[in-house]
Amino acid sequence: MSASTNVTGRLIKRQKLSTRLTHWIWAICLFFLLLSGLQIFNAHSALYLGDEVGFTYDNAIFEIDGFPGWMTIPSTQDLATGRVVHFFFAWIFVATLFVWLVASLRNRHLRKDLMPGAKDVKNFGSDVRDHLRLKLVHTVRYSPLQKLAYGGVLFVLFPLIIVTGLSMSPGMNAVLPWLPELFGGRQSARTVHFGVMALLVLFFIVHMAMILLAGPVNELRSIITGRYRLSPKSVKEISNV
Amino acid sequence: MSKLMLSRRSLLRAGLASAATLPLGGCEAFDFLRERDNAMREFMISLNRLTYKTQRLLLSPGQLAPEFSAADIRQDQHPNGSTEPDTDDYLALQEKNFAEYQLEVNGLVERPMRFSLDALKAMPSRTQITRHDCVEGWSCIAKWQGVPLKHILEQTGVKPEARFVMFHCFDAIEKGLSGEVLYYESVDLIDARHPQTILAYAVNDKPLPVENGAPLRVRVERQLGYKMAKYIRRIEVISDFSKIEQGQGSYWADRGYEWYAGI
Repeated sequence: MSASTNVTGRLIKRQKLSTRLTHWIWAICLFFLLLSGLQIFNAHSALYLGDEVGFTYDNAIFEIDGFPGWMTIPSTQDLATGRVVHFFFAWIFVATLFVWLVASLRNRHLRKDLMPGAKDVKNFGSDVRDHLRLKLVHTVRYSPLQKLAYGGVLFVLFPLIIVTGLSMSPGMNAVLPWLPELFGGRQSARTVHFGVMALLVLFFIVHMAMILLAGPVNELRSIITGRYRLSPKSVKEISNV
Repeated sequence: MSKLMLSRRSLLRAGLASAATLPLGGCEAFDFLRERDNAMREFMISLNRLTYKTQRLLLSPGQLAPEFSAADIRQDQHPNGSTEPDTDDYLALQEKNFAEYQLEVNGLVERPMRFSLDALKAMPSRTQITRHDCVEGWSCIAKWQGVPLKHILEQTGVKPEARFVMFHCFDAIEKGLSGEVLYYESVDLIDARHPQTILAYAVNDKPLPVENGAPLRVRVERQLGYKMAKYIRRIEVISDFSKIEQGQGSYWADRGYEWYAGI
């Protein structure tokens, strides 16, 4: 290899087709789920703890006038259309999660890329320090913090938002009567559903910030074409030369 | 190679630029989905039918909705929708405390029948403490007592071609230029014959108040509140609702909500 290649870093095949496809389908789904979800929330713009809403007593923990029209789909109050959009993308979201899980088990994306190992525990402190100093290195594998963030979204937030959503379905409550009680009742499940939404929005903001800081062209290329340019100073790279 | 990279880069930039306009354009961009005959909306609704199919697959016909204990009843049943029907025939019945009320059951039945409120109260009854889930998002736990709809349908007999039970009501939510639209709602025969599907005449050990649907309302505990029609005037057994009103099978389904409200 020539010296110049070393300076710019090697271009590798980073993301598999199944990872890239499911990523973008989720991005579209979550956009519509968020905005139609805020529309649904506006039909009763408060959150409670317990199984029911206290009309003659107070079990509300959050109350607002409702989200503005530019944050909802449709832009005006229309619960029926909000529900059509929300359930449509919920089905696609869940189906995509299933496809991703099967593909990621088969192509070892789960074991090779997402599962944290002893090395991640060992490097955790230095990774936190690197992130705090905004020293973002492009390596072949995800860093410990990346594994934590992506794993948290895929294995905690995604299942939680699906299960709390199902907890609000009276039909599913008959199938699994213990489901809403896992969260302390149907209204509590609705509150958790909203809270997980807020955490997913937080993830999105951090995700965007990290992409901008790490180099948007390289990061976006890897999730669109799969190709990713490694940092030239990558230890492995130098030792490979 | 560099040419390819450039085109990729410009592709990425174009993608970024168009993605950036998404949130800025506001959600008015998707207001076309409000139009009832929009092809995308119709496509979404056709995929959403999976919900009905899946829940029918997961739910055995007799599977019960969760029931609660007396300690869970902490307030009166919250009224919603119509709370004071003002149609002439309803007001006339209300004046005499529903003593002259007759529930009419007809359509695809072997024996069309009428039942007074006293006759209904003399029938075997079921009492259940359940959670009422409104499509708006709120819930309220109350104790309901009434006669199982299954019992009524056994009295009248059901013709083999029957598929749905339609509830025709006294209350008019909408009073437009074209006149009053009286509330109507329907369920399939599985929900009609479900053990918890009762024609309720009492709530929390008191006669059903007007605001909750006096003299008779239906409970369909595995679905949302709008399925549980209040102020029932007549029950009609039918094979098809495509010719009734706008053809979606219920007042709210004709206004864009799901006919099957198990979610």
